[in-house]
Amino acid sequence: MKKFLSAALAAVMAFGLVACGSTPASTPASEGTSTPASAAGTEGDATGVFKIGGIGPTTGGAATYGNAVKNGAQIAVDEINALGGIQFVLNFQDDENDVEKAMNAYNNLKDWGMQALLGTVTTQPCLTVAPEAAADNMFLLTPSASNVDVIAEDNAFQVCFTDPNQGIASADYIADNALATKIAIIYDSSDAYSSGIRDKFVEEAGVKGLEIVANEAFTGDSKTDFSVQVQKAKDAGAELVFLPIYYTEANLIIQEMDKQGFDAMIFGCDGLDGLLTIEGANLELFEGVMLLTPFVADADDEATQAFVAKYQEAYGEIPNQFAADAYDGIYIILAAIEQSGATADMDASALCDALKGAMTEITVDGLTGEGMQWQASGEVNKAPRAMKIVDGAYAAM
Amino acid sequence: MNALKNMKKTTRSNLITYGIVVVFYIVVQALTAGGLLNNSMKGMLVPICTYVVLAISLNLTVGILGELSLGHAGFMSVGAFSGAVFWVVTGSQLPPALGLAVSMLIGGVVAGVFGFLIGIPVLRLRGDYLAIVTLAFGEIIKNVLNTVYLGIDSTGFHFSMKDSSSLGLAPDGDVIINGAIGISGMKKASTFLAGIILILITLFVILNLINSRAGRAIMSIRDNRIAAEATGINVTKYKLMAFIISATFAGMAGVLYALNFSALAAKKFDYNTSILVLVFVVLGGIGNIRGSMIAATILYVLPEMLRSVADYRMLAYAVVLIVMMIFNQSPQVIAWREQMADRFAHNPVVKGLLAKFKKGGEDRTKGEA
Amino acid sequence: MELLSYLINGVSLGSVYAIIALGYTMVYGIAKMLNFAHGDVIMVGSYIVFIAVNQAGLPPLAAILLSMVLCTVLGLAIERFAYKPLRGASSLAVLITAIGVSYLLQNLALLIWGSDPKNFTSVVDIPALDLHLAGGRIVISSETVVTIVSAAAIMVGLTLFVNHTKMGHAMLAVSEDKGAAQLMGVNVNSTIAMTFAIGSALAAVAGVLLCSAYPALQPTTGAMPGIKAFTAAVFGGIGSIPGAMLGGVLLGIIEILGKAYVSTQLADAIVFAVLIVVLLVRPTGLLGKPMNEKV
Repeated sequence: MKKFLSAALAAVMAFGLVACGSTPASTPASEGTSTPASAAGTEGDATGVFKIGGIGPTTGGAATYGNAVKNGAQIAVDEINALGGIQFVLNFQDDENDVEKAMNAYNNLKDWGMQALLGTVTTQPCLTVAPEAAADNMFLLTPSASNVDVIAEDNAFQVCFTDPNQGIASADYIADNALATKIAIIYDSSDAYSSGIRDKFVEEAGVKGLEIVANEAFTGDSKTDFSVQVQKAKDAGAELVFLPIYYTEANLIIQEMDKQGFDAMIFGCDGLDGLLTIEGANLELFEGVMLLTPFVADADDEATQAFVAKYQEAYGEIPNQFAADAYDGIYIILAAIEQSGATADMDASALCDALKGAMTEITVDGLTGEGMQWQASGEVNKAPRAMKIVDGAYAAM
Repeated sequence: MNALKNMKKTTRSNLITYGIVVVFYIVVQALTAGGLLNNSMKGMLVPICTYVVLAISLNLTVGILGELSLGHAGFMSVGAFSGAVFWVVTGSQLPPALGLAVSMLIGGVVAGVFGFLIGIPVLRLRGDYLAIVTLAFGEIIKNVLNTVYLGIDSTGFHFSMKDSSSLGLAPDGDVIINGAIGISGMKKASTFLAGIILILITLFVILNLINSRAGRAIMSIRDNRIAAEATGINVTKYKLMAFIISATFAGMAGVLYALNFSALAAKKFDYNTSILVLVFVVLGGIGNIRGSMIAATILYVLPEMLRSVADYRMLAYAVVLIVMMIFNQSPQVIAWREQMADRFAHNPVVKGLLAKFKKGGEDRTKGEA
Repeated sequence: MELLSYLINGVSLGSVYAIIALGYTMVYGIAKMLNFAHGDVIMVGSYIVFIAVNQAGLPPLAAILLSMVLCTVLGLAIERFAYKPLRGASSLAVLITAIGVSYLLQNLALLIWGSDPKNFTSVVDIPALDLHLAGGRIVISSETVVTIVSAAAIMVGLTLFVNHTKMGHAMLAVSEDKGAAQLMGVNVNSTIAMTFAIGSALAAVAGVLLCSAYPALQPTTGAMPGIKAFTAAVFGGIGSIPGAMLGGVLLGIIEILGKAYVSTQLADAIVFAVLIVVLLVRPTGLLGKPMNEKV
């Protein structure tokens, strides 16, 4: 019986190996050299098509962020292709918010013939993929991974703000506008994004003379009950609760605050964007929530409205900031390509050299910021907009 | 040919197991040399080695010792973090192979010590209670590692469980472990060759253990603890021995895993990873070392092969898992399979072929003699 | 005062764990298998109620009944197609299959309902208890009251059912010795199917109460509470119905007090550490039966 099993399994494995062995036969073995990208895949015969890879979690606990990026980017790609000029094809791969799966996804995309990477969506996988992309000289533009280490190499750029940028900007905004002096923080200590912002916020708060009266954590494994964190903040007499977290948990915290009759101001970063899109949520509770966000789904400019309409039509949901970042990301790549005059027959490395030069020269007006510009470090230059939820909609502060 | 035939059955079986690993290595090298291996496969080689070592070592606990452990990822993580810290601090200045070897050794020893410390209380429990306690230890390790901040400067190590700014580092200092973000910006060191060598070492130790006096004692505890105790076997000692060896190799596999990526975070080592390894062990056959290796390889590659079905990938993986489990383990399906095999063997055509083959084989051996 | 309100929060979290743990322990006690998919049946049940209330406009009570019926069907289907073929195989094989079923349900939910979190509207529509005690004010939410009452009612109901009905006796017989039960004329297959039916219907109720108290609904909603409830069931002595109740409530209290007085970062570590200590002192949980050993 055991023999039969091993034999069967071995047969499957052999089959698997053969299957993997045969796929790359069509790709040139010498990756990294100046092979025309059009030869790298079977469908690349339509010259002028740039192959853009995407990586993010489309399954598992963080699926909502990965799917938003995937959908947002796809809308931009479809729009650009409809114009008939430069053509894109997007291949988005799942990483389950896991470092190892992200590497597998990256390698898979390389085999596909990816020329530039829009990703990864979440910070932790990006910390692993970015050095790899640097070694391959692959252009990397992350829509939402906000850690500074992500852009350590010169091939990597960000659409979103960096964590320190958000933490410091939040503390500055609170201090400069004298919103409050006693501040409670509730953050996710098991998440790189959340802890990253918190660390910088605490530092900057010290400089600006804000008093942190409660500094409470939760973890990815216990994010259902927030009664203790809220009660501690309440008992410490906090006037403002700073939430450097994502909106799913923020929704629970805000409801718990309401339950406990704790009426403090709420201030958050870009992760809070999405609160208003939660299906079935009691929007009254979100009245007065303040956040620094680059994107507002109900902004009245034409571009945002067109994007939101298209997104809703295609996916039946209101897009959040992740989708907007990804949408902008594709247009940023387009702008850089146009600026550098790169062509689709360039290989990934040559394209990367062209794009990274162009990135510091372009200015992009996107959904998530007007006049976005980039430093050679990869950091984006745009002003975070402080928003406040009034009557179930964002209003500029 | 005769030498192989006259060998003890176990020795022969072990040699075949080593042979499979070596052949796998040679095939992969040949494919790489011929440019037939794509990036995706190349990237999976070291993780495959990691999971093979993890599966073999967990099989020692689950299959040979007969205790269900759901905390294997915990040992993997302490090994990974201790090995990686050493690597970041000094290892990367050594020659790569030596640095990797020493990191692995350190990871293995630290994980082994944890195995000892956890094993003493845990092994008093039995069955599902033992399973839940190992799960609990794994989760505790992950939770604590998530809050660890470790830095180094000219005055030495700094440790904190609050945040990186409270480390009080001098300006020349570096943060090594940064809480939930973990270790980032590591130089990679793991290679496929190192992974294969680690598999061979693991196999050598564990296969020899199984066929030794100690191994027979361990299996007697699995089959009947009270009877084993009555014959004078020191149950605690042998249980601990198996548990520690299992933990040590999990730790070494952790180092191999950690140094294959440039970032390392505790989040990875949750009960899902432990369960994943358990799936490899159960599907490969409990107590069947060779089966563990093969199952780990296939099940690791499977989700990557399924990338073509895009959104349905993990759904397909779940279905395959359930179907494979039923196909391999269901009593009815096994009976049906045997019946089919029987019918196949008694088919006149097959019978004729088999007879011919047998005769030919006999002739050949005669010729050799 | 502070302690009292922490305790109340603990009981309210614990009662949610308890109600999930009851389903776990029920299935474990009879079928002797760890049904890792239990948490995911809870998630499916919650989605059904959410859709029935928010999109189809059913009254909450009807939605809960519908969810119970559909979850029972789902539970029976899982039992029939995934677990029954493995009867007689090693218990680990069934455990792995249960994990497979758990992946399957999560990914199906992801495909059907998407990954965006839904805000579950509480189905409990009675005012919160507002107590004024010795100069302080304590608010006990209505969800807490309902959860505790339901958990207690289910516990009593299950105990009565198991000890005083024919089906219950059949279940006890099957849990004691499948072979002997069969010889005594008990239909083992239908008894185990019945166990799954009850366990899944309980999961639907647990889902509603979980999501009413903590209203974030995602495909992964059931996973972590499932593991915590499993821990609670072991804590109380797995297989014991009052043990699941006790284990759940204690686990909730420990989690909250750990967060309140030790560290919010290390809350999980504290819960698991207490579990380990308890199991070392009482190796079969608080109310578990000691295991008999035969040579």
